[in-house]
Amino acid sequence: MSALRIRDVWKRYGLLPVLKGIDLDIDNGEFTILVGPSGCGKSTLLNIIAGLDTASQGRIEIGGRAMDGVAAKDRNIAMVFQSYALYPSMTVRQNMTFGMECRRVPKRQQIEAVDRVARLLQIEALLNRKPSQLSGGQRQRVAMGRALVRDPLLFLFDEPLSNLDAKLRVEMRMEIKRLHARLGSTIVYVTHDQIEAMTLATRIAVMHQGEVQQFADPDTVYNRPANLFVARFMGAPAMNTLPARLAAADGRLVAILGDGTVQLPVPPACGDLSQAGREVVLGIRPECIAEPTRHFDGDPANTLKLDIGVEMTEPTGAETIVLLRLAGQEALARISPDIRLQPGATARFAVDTRKICLFDPDTERLIA
Amino acid sequence: MPSRLVRPAIHGVLLLLAAAYLVPLLVVVLNSLRSTDDIMQTSMIGWPRTLVWSNFSETWSHYCIAEHCSGIRPYFVNSLEMTIPATIVSTLLGALNGYSLALWRFRGDTWVFGIITLGVFLPEQMKLVPWVIVLRDLGLFNTIAGLVLIHIVQGLSFTTLFCRNYYTSIPVDLLKAARIDGAGFFRIFWRIVLPLSPPILIVTVIWQFTGIWNEYLYGVTFAAGEQQPITAALIALSAHISEAPLYGEQSAAVLLAAAPTLLVYLFGGRYFLRGLTSGAVK
Repeated sequence: MSALRIRDVWKRYGLLPVLKGIDLDIDNGEFTILVGPSGCGKSTLLNIIAGLDTASQGRIEIGGRAMDGVAAKDRNIAMVFQSYALYPSMTVRQNMTFGMECRRVPKRQQIEAVDRVARLLQIEALLNRKPSQLSGGQRQRVAMGRALVRDPLLFLFDEPLSNLDAKLRVEMRMEIKRLHARLGSTIVYVTHDQIEAMTLATRIAVMHQGEVQQFADPDTVYNRPANLFVARFMGAPAMNTLPARLAAADGRLVAILGDGTVQLPVPPACGDLSQAGREVVLGIRPECIAEPTRHFDGDPANTLKLDIGVEMTEPTGAETIVLLRLAGQEALARISPDIRLQPGATARFAVDTRKICLFDPDTERLIA
Repeated sequence: MPSRLVRPAIHGVLLLLAAAYLVPLLVVVLNSLRSTDDIMQTSMIGWPRTLVWSNFSETWSHYCIAEHCSGIRPYFVNSLEMTIPATIVSTLLGALNGYSLALWRFRGDTWVFGIITLGVFLPEQMKLVPWVIVLRDLGLFNTIAGLVLIHIVQGLSFTTLFCRNYYTSIPVDLLKAARIDGAGFFRIFWRIVLPLSPPILIVTVIWQFTGIWNEYLYGVTFAAGEQQPITAALIALSAHISEAPLYGEQSAAVLLAAAPTLLVYLFGGRYFLRGLTSGAVK
């Protein structure tokens, strides 16, 4: 069953459209992430789903029920906010029971729900504290607890981890993933952090300028991005995108990069020889360019050895990012941290050509 | 000047100015403790020869104002009956106004807010005639209820301004969370916004209390005789000075009339400054 159906949702402020016909179908138990740069409309969409904002046009269905004119409180949803939005004058327990109190849930049931969720999130010791006495991570837990006591059809998360420091964010990310695996709840989660999107989602909706650019599982979004925006937005460092021209060589389709000094074989999925002569943008992830001893999976024929000029190196500890001059253009590679390269020198690299993507330079769409 | 002398010099000047400012109060306090004979024989300014505490009891319950020899007590009570309800109601309504203007945006809300706060800048004598008409039509002329009504309405501009500006610092997410939890307009106000409000409520209560208590023009215009608040009655009292000056008792009357606002200032003054500079949510 479809837990959430969004049909042709538009939102305009005056003449300015911020959502341009959003269509999404989200199944029960899915962890959907809306990801995009700030201003892409993802939070507006979440607010519209929650009933906190109204669409200018379009339909929202939650659990098969149309939400036209249904107030936020009657949508059977729970929401976690970036600022946590804990009621400052209430204790943690009161924060968690406030919603049930509004819905006139019997006292006994309230106590049971709080106990159950407090145990789940390990916040039993905090129940009598005020939010001001909690650390950021504890507030985050309480905010989730407040959502969990409701047992709703749909959980909405609005950048819930953005206010945490890096270490805590990683911990909470894992915890949210564990919770989802355990509870099997349906979640719509907004973030601008593409790593959060990749690690948490069962499906990712990449948004840009009020439109869904791609709605697919993380693998597809990462490996077969629907267009150049998605290719450049997902992944850090971003995918290398280089102008190229397709040609036939030895009965195979190859891409000739920039100044013509580099030829890369194109995976068969990207097209056949009839495409020869076409101008394209070639996308290749930095991790597909590595030190020459690297063995990528699969047929060694897909791995190409190339000598490329090194401009700069950025050791991160776990790996080293190398800025290359590839056929006259800048490109990034990710190599083993044990290898020290001299800027200005030329070094040999292994290039994994299986995951090369081609994009149309005019429409910026993936050529499939 | 050597820098180590700058600070003492500043303090000295400030102390002098403060003393000059407090001299009138000192004179009144001293006179309230002197007998009329003492004052008449020497001067308005001087130390009491003997402390005469009876000035206060005399002026409280026996002093004659406009042929009524009941002291200032009934007028003092009038002022309390006027000030307390007007303060409470105007503060609560201001909080409610401020809450809806700051947190429930609606079409034209900035205009409504602008028009309400315009009242802050309207001089009260400008509104005398309209109030005459309103009180006459409501049958509230020469009643304390009429004065209460005036002060509630007049006070709304200030209380709305204070509360609205304070409530804008409440994060909108808090309201969104409460709406999803199922709370409506009034429940959010009572359970979430009001508990965050003590700092600004203290400010508005002090502001309203002192303003309404000290108000004179409406008191003297819309109430007469036994309905007058204390500010108006004090003038009637001083009207007698030329005939039979009773400086001791009159000074005591002035001090008693000023006591509530002085007390409010002494107990609430520090909250006043704190409230004006603090936000709702840390």
